[in-house]
Amino acid sequence: MLAFVVRRLLQSVIVMLVVAFIAFLVFRYVGDPVTSMLGQDSTIADHEELRERLGLNQPFYIQFYHFVTNALQGQFGISYRLQQPVAKLIMERLPATIELALASATIALVGGVVMGIYTALRPRAFTSGVIMTASLIGVSLPTFLIGIGLIYVFAVELKVLPSFGRGTVTDIGWWRTGLLTESGLRSLILPAITLSLFQLTLIMRLVRAEMLEVLRTDYIRFARARGLSTRAINFGHALRNTMVPVITITGLQLGSVIAFAIITETVFQWPGVGSLFVNSVQVVDVPVMAAYLVFVALVFVVINLFVDILYFIVDPRLRDGVRSGK
Amino acid sequence: MTEPVLSVKNLIVDFPFHNTNFRAVNDISFDIMPGEVVGVVGESGAGKSMTGSAVIGLIERPGRITSGEILLKGQRIDNLPEADRAKLRGKRIGMVFQDPLTSLNPLYTIGRQLIETIRTHLPLSEEQARQRAIDLLTEAGIPKAADRIDAYPHQFSGGMRQRVVIALAIAAGPELIIADEPTSALDVSVQAQIIKVLKELCSNHGAAVMLITHDMGVIAQTADRMVVMHQGKIVETGTVGDIIRRPREPYTVKLINSIPTIASDRSGAPASAPANDDGAFVQIKGLVRDFELGGGSFTKVFKSKTEIFRAVSDVSFSIQKGKTYGLVGESGSGKSTCAKMIVGLIRPTEGKILVDGHDVWAGGAGERERRKRVQMIFQDPYASLNPRWRVADIIAEPMRTLGIATNKGEVEGRVADLLNKVRLDPSVMRKFPHEFSGGQRQRIAIARALSSQPEFIVCDEPTSALDVSVQAQVLDLMRALQDEFGLTYLLISHNLAVVRQMSSAVGVLHNGVLVESGPTDDIFDNPQADYTRMLLDAVPDISKVA
Repeated sequence: MLAFVVRRLLQSVIVMLVVAFIAFLVFRYVGDPVTSMLGQDSTIADHEELRERLGLNQPFYIQFYHFVTNALQGQFGISYRLQQPVAKLIMERLPATIELALASATIALVGGVVMGIYTALRPRAFTSGVIMTASLIGVSLPTFLIGIGLIYVFAVELKVLPSFGRGTVTDIGWWRTGLLTESGLRSLILPAITLSLFQLTLIMRLVRAEMLEVLRTDYIRFARARGLSTRAINFGHALRNTMVPVITITGLQLGSVIAFAIITETVFQWPGVGSLFVNSVQVVDVPVMAAYLVFVALVFVVINLFVDILYFIVDPRLRDGVRSGK
Repeated sequence: MTEPVLSVKNLIVDFPFHNTNFRAVNDISFDIMPGEVVGVVGESGAGKSMTGSAVIGLIERPGRITSGEILLKGQRIDNLPEADRAKLRGKRIGMVFQDPLTSLNPLYTIGRQLIETIRTHLPLSEEQARQRAIDLLTEAGIPKAADRIDAYPHQFSGGMRQRVVIALAIAAGPELIIADEPTSALDVSVQAQIIKVLKELCSNHGAAVMLITHDMGVIAQTADRMVVMHQGKIVETGTVGDIIRRPREPYTVKLINSIPTIASDRSGAPASAPANDDGAFVQIKGLVRDFELGGGSFTKVFKSKTEIFRAVSDVSFSIQKGKTYGLVGESGSGKSTCAKMIVGLIRPTEGKILVDGHDVWAGGAGERERRKRVQMIFQDPYASLNPRWRVADIIAEPMRTLGIATNKGEVEGRVADLLNKVRLDPSVMRKFPHEFSGGQRQRIAIARALSSQPEFIVCDEPTSALDVSVQAQVLDLMRALQDEFGLTYLLISHNLAVVRQMSSAVGVLHNGVLVESGPTDDIFDNPQADYTRMLLDAVPDISKVA
């Protein structure tokens, strides 16, 4: 187990280094940072001086080394647009994104698994048909359309929920949360639903397909032949086997919820990392973009690591597989 | 007269499809007495498994019992509501399935699955149930059951898992056990042990057994009475001895005659001793294959030494032209690894394979020679033919690839000719593989192998997936083709009877080592190695019927 985690960690480090390298290339070679920082009306002497000060005339690998060591200390430079440290900007906005992502992942996971199990156990029921048809809509409609539709219905027509922002927020240390106030929670509802809808349908269809597959296997037949109760078979034996492949997809989906909440954040003017990224792209704020790239990679690597460990806990075959090396 | 444990009366099981109806079980009646072992024998599609499913109430949709009665100890059970039927399962009727590798939930320990079953049916505490589980496992022949109860299914071998499955089936002390092909997925030596365990456990617990199998040999050794089924109907019922010695119905006669037996004095195959090894057509010299165990790049970098598993260890034999060499052994003995090395699918670690003097692993030239001369027939005719291709394309592919025939008319002529050779109508070349039965598919596979006009064909378990009567036909065909074209065969099989019938020389493989090799009759009648003797003793044979 430990060897496995160590191996995974090493692989993660390699991935992160590669991503950092790409981020570094973007940072260093997309446009001239010196020109971007000093503006048009500066002298060549100013340029040289800044170059010297920023270490831009040092060899390539030394610059990369500095980039990595700085990144490890959480320093990604200063945003051109906002003239603030990038790390600080991201940390300020991270809580908003994480709260939104966790809320929508919870909705997607709970809703998807419950509905998936229901439609698998009662494939012929009328409700299952309704759910399956509705899920088609969930997969095929683009996120921004769902967001705008929800805003129209609940904010414009019914006027029950706010259509943008986070509502009132409270600071707990550096973490700025919207979960403690009523307006914060109400603001969370629409974006969370919008963001979760696609994942929800995906998880639901996946759970359904896997569960139907598992219910056809010999060990489920044998469990029936042993006279176990339907409940024990469906929820004890079938569900856990269903979860093995679902974990992978769900993990990756959670990653993309955190990393690519951009559209939802834009539609709802949610002050998260995604909207920071969009605003930065518009003005070619390279340090922010590079940092965002590294951040997204980190999210995926960490989630992947968790997924692998979870696999270990769920499937005993893997534990042995690693131990004996087969 | 005691009351039968199970009484099936005029049972009909139907599978209604859109506008047709498939009658899987057609008006069958039989009884099973307490403590009796009744064998139900028949070929695939005979309705034997369906009968078992009907008794335990696990027929899958859209199948249903159309008419008839099933009585358990005189009480009618087929019309009970599902909830009541579910209570009978495991408690009064237990079931053992064919494949022990897939019968157990891979994510739970065997102890958990046993305790769960026991506590569902018996009012025992967790502790008592655990103790009973350990007792059952010990009884089923699992060594150190108390230690192994918390192991997962994948930590057991196939035979051990089937013991666990049997322990599970009798956990709540049912009156009837339905064993559906309980040993078909196992090696012969393991098979014999499992039959013994099943029989012992059931007689200790006073359970009657309904033993469903296609293997007449298993029934001959195990059952008291037998029921022969064919196309959903019962053809013949009687004691095992009566039916095997004096079958009355033509179908039963045909079934019994098509079973190859290891004791048979063979009709055709010549028993010529290999005169001189150097002149042999195929020569295998010191073949070795190692597999590295474990570890991706990480282990390779950080550990200098990786574990090595030697799948095939210094195997040498030779085959005369036009003869058949049989290679027998249990699963994991390295038979298929040998076959793959000989046809050029995996590279040997050491050793030489010469076909007509050409080394099949000698670079590009060797590869060209090999492709033309050596072909292979695989075990599973359902998996070895591309389902999206027409038969004509499947058979023509080797000719086209090797440039034997390129012109369309010529290819078609050759394909038609080959189909005739394997006794199929040439008009079938427009069809797809799924339109054929298993035996017909294996004929197509043979036609494909012949398509490149090879001299040497490696047959890896060519009949294991087929019914006995079909097996006999395919073996006959292989023999006829051998005579016609002077083919040389390497026949790989776990079925000793098939090997005895077909080959002039035999090699016995055990854990990658060739323990014995020589003329067929010598090995079968006078085995030298202990392992060969053990293997021969383990074969269930209808001629051994008491």
